[in-house]
Amino acid sequence: MRGNITMGRPFWLALAMATALGAVGVLQSWNVALAILNLQLISAVMALGVNIQWGYAGLFNFGIMGFTALGGLAAVLVAMPPVAEAWAAGGRGMAMAAITMTGTAAAVWALQRLIRIKALRGPAVVLVFVVGLALTRSFYGPSVAAIEAVDSSVTGFLGGLGLPITLSWLAGGALAAAVAWVIGRITLGLQSDYLAIATLGISAVLVAVLKNEDWLARGVKNVTTLPRPVPYEQDLQGQGWFMDLAARVGMDPFLLSGIVVKALYALLLGSVLLALFWLSHRALHSPWGRMMRAIRDNRDAAEAMGKDVTRRHLQVFILGSTVVGIAGAMLVTLNGQFTPAAYNPFRYTFLVWVMVIVGGSGNNGGAILGGFLIWFLWVQAEVGGPWLMAMVTSGLQEDSPLRQHLLNVAPHMRQLLMGVLLLVVLRLSPQGLLPEQRGKHGLAQQQITTEHS
Amino acid sequence: MATKTETNGPPREWHRPWGIAVGVALLLIVLPLVGREGAGVNLLNALVRFANFVVIPGMTYGSQLALGALGVTLIYAVMRFSDFAHGDTMAFGAMGVILATRVLQGMGISAGPLPTALLALPFGILGAVTLALVFDRTVYRFYRRQRAAPVTFVIASIGAMFVTNGLVRLIIGPSDQRFADGARFIIRVQAFKEMTGLSEGLALRTTQAITLVVAVVVVLALFLFLNRTSLGKAMRAYADNEDLALLSGINPERVALWTWILAATLATIAGTLYGLDKSFKPFTYFQLLLPIFASAIVGGIGKPLGAIAGGFVVAFSEIALTYPYRKVLDYLGFETDSLVQLLSADYKFAVCFIILVVVLIWRPRGIFQGRVI
Repeated sequence: MRGNITMGRPFWLALAMATALGAVGVLQSWNVALAILNLQLISAVMALGVNIQWGYAGLFNFGIMGFTALGGLAAVLVAMPPVAEAWAAGGRGMAMAAITMTGTAAAVWALQRLIRIKALRGPAVVLVFVVGLALTRSFYGPSVAAIEAVDSSVTGFLGGLGLPITLSWLAGGALAAAVAWVIGRITLGLQSDYLAIATLGISAVLVAVLKNEDWLARGVKNVTTLPRPVPYEQDLQGQGWFMDLAARVGMDPFLLSGIVVKALYALLLGSVLLALFWLSHRALHSPWGRMMRAIRDNRDAAEAMGKDVTRRHLQVFILGSTVVGIAGAMLVTLNGQFTPAAYNPFRYTFLVWVMVIVGGSGNNGGAILGGFLIWFLWVQAEVGGPWLMAMVTSGLQEDSPLRQHLLNVAPHMRQLLMGVLLLVVLRLSPQGLLPEQRGKHGLAQQQITTEHS
Repeated sequence: MATKTETNGPPREWHRPWGIAVGVALLLIVLPLVGREGAGVNLLNALVRFANFVVIPGMTYGSQLALGALGVTLIYAVMRFSDFAHGDTMAFGAMGVILATRVLQGMGISAGPLPTALLALPFGILGAVTLALVFDRTVYRFYRRQRAAPVTFVIASIGAMFVTNGLVRLIIGPSDQRFADGARFIIRVQAFKEMTGLSEGLALRTTQAITLVVAVVVVLALFLFLNRTSLGKAMRAYADNEDLALLSGINPERVALWTWILAATLATIAGTLYGLDKSFKPFTYFQLLLPIFASAIVGGIGKPLGAIAGGFVVAFSEIALTYPYRKVLDYLGFETDSLVQLLSADYKFAVCFIILVVVLIWRPRGIFQGRVI
């Protein structure tokens, strides 16, 4: 029976989604539809990353925005041209600061192990730490000032490597993975709610660092001139063959160039999504995936079978965060700018979670569908809310204060919509629109929702 | 093994050499301070400045956080999940207070020198309690009867969070609201300077004093309720051991009902005090969830006393770590060029999480040995 549901449902839901996008294309414009599609693709990648952590292993990671921001940082560090003056002004100082910082960390680590007498260990470590910190700050402070002084309205940061921006998608994943390793080592001993809150907090800290360390990526001054992996609209409009094409399909070249650029983006993002989907699908339906689900469904039993639960959790935490980091780099590539203030942990973290829960946790296709569906609703509700409100309040007078107020706040109806949607799905179909596919012999027949605490 | 005797043995004795060393060090620091000319006045100036910029704001913010964390910790103790909607419940309650304040102001009713919001408080509490009970009946009760896993409750509370947030934005809009009226100050900087003759002034705003007084009253009432009434005892029994409480005839629905009433009341009071002291903005309340959770966990989740302690720990570290101490040190005779600020004020928000992570590693169950989740 379950087989029937899972065979037919993905197809129909995907078709419905495509129809909805097509409707937007016909009714609003194809530019809008493609813009939505691109962000849907990125949302789907993010949902995939969260699904790897939550769906496979039951890890409660609310630190998504931190990893997304790290992916964005990678895009800046890879793709922006290096700022030679800034390197000349403060490069050496920063290098020295990095060396002293690593040296201090290494010294503290070594002292912890080398000093046998307990009474001496504490004071020695503190002394080394304080000296190291003072030394680091003495290099760091002046070089930060020097770097930020270099043409601060345009650069004022070290710049990047000047490589093609698509490379940053890998770099974003790698950076997120490295940070996830550190965070995972700290937090993964914690259980569900604690882990959720700790990761939420750590992502707030990460975003705070990105907002304030101007020498790294200009902080809240934003990096707005990131190179693009696809041609610019103006360049297309200058080409003879393009104008011919526009004339042949009978379309305004301005419109067509926008559509072509967005479609190219969609191809790039879509291929990444497909690759990641294939990889995670293979991973889930492998002995490794079955082990993960076993750990999720009955941690004690898995541990008794000799699985190293903490290590596996760390591994899956890193993998999921890598995927989220890739999505972050893709997002910045698509936007063409890096704006750290936009990564507010509260604004989007829970939205990605709604995607996974509504789509179907533990099912990669479900997570992707959830990403598409929820992003579509989130964007369209902002347009649809005022329209609906105008209908509802049409009985009131044009200038009545109530009507004015309701029309003003109508875009915020989407919060309400997301909440109601999440609650309804959780109640009526707790496994999501596309439930997790379990093996024929059923790894664990009990459902997550009815499990005893 | 050496480690074993150390962890199990009695606490280590205070070694005399260490004591003497610390005493000498203190003396060396204090002597030049006291020995200088006009040292007494300067010391007072330093203390007043510290009180004005660290102690009073810390006490106020700490009380607000403590009230919020009490709500979170109560829900955690009884329902066994972290309520992510609590920040928005605070916003919803505060919104009710603001709307009632506007109505009262329109009717020409005021509380004299006190803010009108204090009179409007019952209406806000009524609104928040109604909302909490609606959520309990339509959402949480279903999962409670299923005995669902705590994660299901958490996810449901995220849904409730979205709904509450949406309602607040729909009803009052996303922008800033100021609703404090009445006298603004109890002690003004100028008056304090004239009164004491010090060069450093101290201000005490009405909202700060009200926050402290209300917090003390509410906490006392809550502890009396939990320790003296049969309902409070039933709640504590249910929190300690659900099955045993059920066996002894405690009605779980009644316990749940009163937990929501208490939590929503606390949330409204905390939200109103915060809004009076700073300003009301829905998104700020959403974010306030972070320090509130941090307070509850640092203190030991599920422990009311811990929530209070945690609130003050978080508030004081946030303020003390980001305050520039240059002027205080100036008065003490250490003149420096740097601001002597441990962390830039931009990291204010991050501080509570650094504390949280440190506490979780060093003492995972918080100061008061809260529950293990």
